[in-house]
Amino acid sequence: MYVAVKGGERAIANAERLVAEERRGDPAVPELSLDQIGQQLTLAVDRVMTEGALYDRTLAALAIKQARGDLIEAIFLLRAYRTTLPRLGDALPVDTGAMLLERRISATFKDIPGGQMLGPTFDYAHRLLDFDLAREDAPRTPAKTVSGSPEFAVPRVADLLGGEGLIEPSPRSAAAEVPDLTQAPLAFPAARPLRLQNLARGDEGFLLALGYSTQRGYGSTHPFVGEIRMGAVSVEYVPPELGFPVEIAEITVTECDMVNQFKGSAEAPPEFTRGYGLVFGMSERKAMAMALVDRALRAAELGEESGAPAQDQEFVLSHSDNVEASGFVQHLKLPHYVDFQSELTMVREMRAEWERAQSRPATEAAE
Amino acid sequence: MTESSAGRLLAHPFNFAYLDEQTKKMIRRAILKAVAIPGHQVPFASREMPLPYGWGTGGIQVTAAILGADDTLKVIDQGADDTTNAVNIRRLFAKTAGVRTTTRTEEATVIQSRHRVPETPLREGQIMVFQVPIPEPLRWLEARESETLKLHALADYGLMQVHLYEDVATHGRIAKAYDYPVLVNGRYLASPSPIPKFDNPKLDRNPALLLFGAGREKRIYAIPPYTEVKSLDFDDHPFTVERWERPCALCGAVDSFLDEVITDDQGGRMFVCSDSDYCETRRAPTPEAADD
Repeated sequence: MYVAVKGGERAIANAERLVAEERRGDPAVPELSLDQIGQQLTLAVDRVMTEGALYDRTLAALAIKQARGDLIEAIFLLRAYRTTLPRLGDALPVDTGAMLLERRISATFKDIPGGQMLGPTFDYAHRLLDFDLAREDAPRTPAKTVSGSPEFAVPRVADLLGGEGLIEPSPRSAAAEVPDLTQAPLAFPAARPLRLQNLARGDEGFLLALGYSTQRGYGSTHPFVGEIRMGAVSVEYVPPELGFPVEIAEITVTECDMVNQFKGSAEAPPEFTRGYGLVFGMSERKAMAMALVDRALRAAELGEESGAPAQDQEFVLSHSDNVEASGFVQHLKLPHYVDFQSELTMVREMRAEWERAQSRPATEAAE
Repeated sequence: MTESSAGRLLAHPFNFAYLDEQTKKMIRRAILKAVAIPGHQVPFASREMPLPYGWGTGGIQVTAAILGADDTLKVIDQGADDTTNAVNIRRLFAKTAGVRTTTRTEEATVIQSRHRVPETPLREGQIMVFQVPIPEPLRWLEARESETLKLHALADYGLMQVHLYEDVATHGRIAKAYDYPVLVNGRYLASPSPIPKFDNPKLDRNPALLLFGAGREKRIYAIPPYTEVKSLDFDDHPFTVERWERPCALCGAVDSFLDEVITDDQGGRMFVCSDSDYCETRRAPTPEAADD
């Protein structure tokens, strides 16, 4: 019989025990703690929180540990947990202009009010394996406190340029009703707020490839990094019984404002348009890719559609979610033997017909 | 991360049948709408479930939304109750809802299935829940949702008719063995889910309520009891189902869908019922049952 899929409860329980054993590895090696993951695998935690759409470093660390470091599996775990949580209300829009900056760069201007600040980036590191790290007692050189670190709110670059009218202003969401991708199924055409929600949860690899494709001629957007900023922002909520905003959390986010050339149209003068990316933690690659894809998806609105994959919202938004994609791709390993049997029966019949046709005398076939 | 933050990670009690009541209400509304418009795909805010997409999250959500404490649940995959995925889904509901489970088709009030309709005829009052991967029957012909929505609105199913005609022209027959498209209540083209076409006739005027859940695609649709379900065909190429040249090797049934089981590496094979409950019931009670 088909023992491979008819294992039943005992087989499932055994598989779970095997996973636990593999996860733990050699018991002689100390077990990973959530603190170690939370403190030392910070970028993995950031990605899992971003695509898992839940800001909780402890839970993300737990998910990473449970998933044995498989980040997409960890994202799935976090999503499945998130969906069970009660929804208490909507926070106020986060003010990234008031961010406590840890990193802030602009590629469009040499100097900007508030200055450029590299922060904890790999950008200019020589990618040489650091063998000192192989030792667990490697000496630590404490980082120098950034002398120029501004103690005040630094305005966003795009807002600085806004005065001249050369760059489109940040869209103000007039409607109090913000669509929620997790509470209503995606419907097409999707407006920008919904698209951005989808992209924020979207798979980093998928968005990276799509963003990259726009740089190689598949829906070119001529992008410049107007600004990337990373740091802490406060999350405010207005409890109905109080009627005024209360700070309920401080979260670290990375924001990317991509500035793109726009030649103008009959209705709009030439100006710079913007693509936007926002992610939890320091998922900067994702923020940049998201901004590129956001801008590419505005092609229809700006009358510059060329049929490139990144400009096609049904294509992009329907396939960006890695929990969905991973599930559907991997479901192929579930048993399909009933459907296969149907096909087998049909192919056998069709072959029999084909063979009958082949063996018929040539004259008959010619008729 | 302190002791207390680790403390809050301890086992959380989940609601009856896993989903919270608000979500169940939302799903029930979608189901009601689906029943009111037979065959029409109703979008719903599908949730992430503790099982992966593709494993039956749509069916699981529908089952979770309709399950009551006094229900008896049967779960099958490929017709069998003992396939790992069926065991796993049954286990989920036994754990989160504590409902009675059964393998007997007659005993069940709710039957969740992947890829099969049981051989034992369903009766009034039973609900069958199908797991659906791609709810849109036109998806292979038109990838865009915005387009297929229009085609359904206009009941414009020429695309599918032409597709089936091309099969006839090329292969001399409609070369569709499973997920064979059906017209529900004379109006909506629907996917019966990837059941073999052998099961399609069972959908027509079935006394049970048939619900279809697609989790990843976020759609629910329904075939209410006694609704007309027609498998598309042509007058000169009528719809037919699979036939086997032999009966089930275990129970002797000649009217059931048979799985081909490879028994050795010499080309040996046997054909047995895919519906494990049907096969066992026929073998168990009376010895002469196997003779018919």
